[in-house]
Amino acid sequence: MAYAAGVDVGSTQTKAIILNENRQIVSRSLIDTGANVVLAAENAYAEALKNGDIREEEVQYVVGTGYGRYKVTFGDTQITEISCHGRGSVHMFPGTRTVVDMGGQDTKAIRVNARGEIIDFCMNDKCAAGTGRFLGAAATALEIPLTELGPTALRADKPVKISTTCTVFAESEVISWLGKGKKIEDILLGVHQSIVSRSLGLMRRVGIESEVTFTGGVALNVGVVHVLNEALGFPVNVGAESHFMGAVGAALFAMDRILSRRVPAGAARACEVPDQREWGSASAGVRVEEAA
Amino acid sequence: MIYTAGIDVGSTYTKAVVLSEDDQIVGRGLLNTGFKLAEAGGRALSKALEQAGLAQDDLAYVASTGYGRFQVPFRNVNVTDLTAAAHGTRFFFPRTQTVLDVGGQTMKASRLDGAGKVKSFRLNDKCAAGTGAFLEKTARYMGFTTEEIGPLVATSKEVVPISGVCAVFAESEVINCLSQGYAPADIMHGAIVSLVDRSVQLMKRVQVEPEVTLIGGILRFETMAGVVREKLKMAVNVPEGDLVQFTSALGAALLARRRLHKAWPERSRRLGEQDVPAESVLAA
Repeated sequence: MAYAAGVDVGSTQTKAIILNENRQIVSRSLIDTGANVVLAAENAYAEALKNGDIREEEVQYVVGTGYGRYKVTFGDTQITEISCHGRGSVHMFPGTRTVVDMGGQDTKAIRVNARGEIIDFCMNDKCAAGTGRFLGAAATALEIPLTELGPTALRADKPVKISTTCTVFAESEVISWLGKGKKIEDILLGVHQSIVSRSLGLMRRVGIESEVTFTGGVALNVGVVHVLNEALGFPVNVGAESHFMGAVGAALFAMDRILSRRVPAGAARACEVPDQREWGSASAGVRVEEAA
Repeated sequence: MIYTAGIDVGSTYTKAVVLSEDDQIVGRGLLNTGFKLAEAGGRALSKALEQAGLAQDDLAYVASTGYGRFQVPFRNVNVTDLTAAAHGTRFFFPRTQTVLDVGGQTMKASRLDGAGKVKSFRLNDKCAAGTGAFLEKTARYMGFTTEEIGPLVATSKEVVPISGVCAVFAESEVINCLSQGYAPADIMHGAIVSLVDRSVQLMKRVQVEPEVTLIGGILRFETMAGVVREKLKMAVNVPEGDLVQFTSALGAALLARRRLHKAWPERSRRLGEQDVPAESVLAA
């Protein structure tokens, strides 16, 4: 049995996924990225191998993705997390046409076609507002664990309007609302609404087409899911793999690569074109030049 | 002797100044604002009164300013940050035409007219990247406190370019720079340069004209003024020592005196003030 792996080195957490030839997830791992990005990638991969009881030589192809994808030193290639989230989402939820990925330091809206290819995307890359860090700042200010944020927010009845955009200022705004005697759950619902409204802005810019699949670490937060569903007027797809979607997509691309190598010699030429398009690798470019 | 007070409740620090009618700053108070704004204003004023050896009853008029100005319960009047900053700045440097005020959570550039009124202004209050919070965060990521920023940067030999787009993203950038072996002092210097770049843009948008005066808590870091001077290619005024931090509070105290003059002319005659245009007392 051949295996393929995807390692998604995010700003906050590093995720690894191992697939079998039937494109089923056989193992996964999740660790904090920390300061040493190379080590984070290695550790996440090692842990996924261990969790699945898989030997390293059984994994025939590894794709790195995420902001630290070039630090996946053992990876065979790198693919942007945008492609990976698109691919993973359509694989898990075939009706997906819009992906919203909310991670620790960035939020992306991606529009995909039925094959999981990217049509358009939009992201915030200049500012931490509307990302997981915004929730993190609120959690720090209110001294409650990240996992409690969503459930607490859902107990609110009168949400507080959070007026600051900046994550740094939000922390002081949260504290000042506490000082004015607002309830924690009401403040938190306001925080959740604020981050959802930022991500909706991004989604509108690429065009919202259902189904919408919600990926990234923030998808674990039931509060954000609830507020997002209400704002959209229909439920988003969220699953156990949402947090791992980038790594899932990376592993799917890796498996494509393994399977395309196996194509009998006569059919190999027919495979080359989609292969090149998908990978957009430097070698593909060279080949085009030679042909010209 | 008639005394007035100005209280500047800022996002990070609250400052109070007690001013005598002969233009002497007789008391100052400074403390962290925290989230009980009303209390912060009261405590800062108590500190200033204590230093002056006065009681609250000795104050003829109290003006509040800063983002928490509406929360000061015992104020006689409140004035906007920009007006207070303009008056405080003109007190130190009467020929000031452009004011840059960099505080904990805002950066403001304003142009003054001949009478010291604010003609136009631009401010950054949506994003921490252009404010003291950016420097504070950058220092904290490297394990330094705000007070250590000044001495740290003084040892810098070169500038590490810091993009400064977001105070949150700065964390990864700083960690990256540290792991590449850059000295914390040089990284901090880079953070100051990136902050100054933003302030210069802001000043250009109000059509900067000399003289330029810099105020606000961030100007405690001497490197800051040097970098502004270099980037702006203009001389800049900076109030002496930690007075930079009290400029707006002083401006409020000056405005309190003007207001007193307007409200009780018979008392203000003793103040010896002349020709105060009534409408400029509470511009904005």
